[in-house]
Amino acid sequence: MIHVAYAVAYRVMKKSLTNVSFLLPALMFPVIFFVGFAGALSGVDRVPGFDYEPGYETFQFAFVLVQSAAMAGVFTGFGIAQDFERGFARRLMIAAPRRSGILIGYAVATMIRWVMNTAVVLAIGLLIGMEILGGGLDLFALLLLGLTVNMIGILWAAGVALRLRSTQAGPIMQFPIFLVIFLAPVFVPIDLLTGWIHAVATVNPFTAFIEGSRSLLAGSTDDVAVAFGIAVPLAALFGLWALTGMRSAERG
Amino acid sequence: MAFALVFPLFFLFVVSSGLDPVSSLPGFPADSYVDFMFAIPFVHGALFTALNSAIELGRDIDTGFVNRLALTPARGIAIMLGNLAGGVALVLIQYCIYFVGGLLMGAHFEAGLLGVPVLFALAALGAVAIGAAGMTVALRSGSPEAVQGIFPLFFVGLFLSSMNMPRNLIENDWFQWIATVNPVSYLIEGLRSLVVVGWDPETLAIGFGVALGAIVLALSVSARAFSARMTRT
Repeated sequence: MIHVAYAVAYRVMKKSLTNVSFLLPALMFPVIFFVGFAGALSGVDRVPGFDYEPGYETFQFAFVLVQSAAMAGVFTGFGIAQDFERGFARRLMIAAPRRSGILIGYAVATMIRWVMNTAVVLAIGLLIGMEILGGGLDLFALLLLGLTVNMIGILWAAGVALRLRSTQAGPIMQFPIFLVIFLAPVFVPIDLLTGWIHAVATVNPFTAFIEGSRSLLAGSTDDVAVAFGIAVPLAALFGLWALTGMRSAERG
Repeated sequence: MAFALVFPLFFLFVVSSGLDPVSSLPGFPADSYVDFMFAIPFVHGALFTALNSAIELGRDIDTGFVNRLALTPARGIAIMLGNLAGGVALVLIQYCIYFVGGLLMGAHFEAGLLGVPVLFALAALGAVAIGAAGMTVALRSGSPEAVQGIFPLFFVGLFLSSMNMPRNLIENDWFQWIATVNPVSYLIEGLRSLVVVGWDPETLAIGFGVALGAIVLALSVSARAFSARMTRT
């Protein structure tokens, strides 16, 4: 299984780093969101009731971190679907003695790629004056939280791709993730939201991920346990979704 | 098409709900954030439609359809304009839906009934400029994957503009500078002026000037790319 996972991860990494159609969107979107929102909306921290100590750049960085983690998984789903369309995935399934290794390979490559992209966004953030008040342990917890969200995105998109086996399924992978991400407190703290969006954000699991990330960046542990408490079972649930997707792909 | 229809309205819906507290900032030009953002789906729609038609053109080149087309008496300029006209027809249908959708979300359109065709015309000119630029990418690369890969760069222009905040209220100097030199800001401000102000001849003239200038530039580059593509076949 390890050999299969390694081979798949190597291939995905190579493809991601050498093919502009894979490299650019996965890297550009977090950068665009971060620079666009943090740069343009910096005045939002003057809105009465906005009380996030590290500042608006850090506030947006937490959102982009969670958003890019989830969306990186979606891009992997596109890759799996494309491999099925081109017949490569079928050959891979015939060759692999343990097919769960294929999923692990895709997941490992996506996580490495996400960490690389996040490092770029972090560098840009530090360049534009983003403040991080959290210590080393907080940042390690932030990385773990990001990787867990990344895993949720990968397993969700892989489950869809393995069932539908077509790039036409792209919007089915992308849109629900996009929906839950933007129905979280993206631009202002949840207390400043009113009406229906406040109600939706309160029950949205991505709110916990974003708020947990913001806490860690501010050097606080508020909401962190809740974030992990939701993320880990959700990742397990989508793991089951992806594995049953693999069974569906095996049946053809 | 479905994504190009749904995404811009969804974006308007969630961003205007999430950022509504911003409209309480002193000096904010609109009564609500949905008024301020009302023009953005028109630019998003243009981008998505341009992306789709550029990907289709890239696929036509990839599959050899353009090579076969080069053997027919069809003139290059006719093929280019046909491609752009198809895109404009599509965005005009989308604009009607965005307009109704925006009003249903509570936006107010200050320019009145006469302002609607002006809004659509300016947005359609923007769509032509973006479509011509997308066509250039497709013609140069000849691959739908490359078009898909390069297209996020077009979003940079949108996100690094005054899309989310009026330029005078942007606190980061570096971002304010980028938004000021970015022509997309002036296209958006032209469209937005019809929604928020009503009739502002100066802002509208700048918006139309930027759109027309971008069309001339993008068409001249894409015409060159088109003739190079046809010559090689």
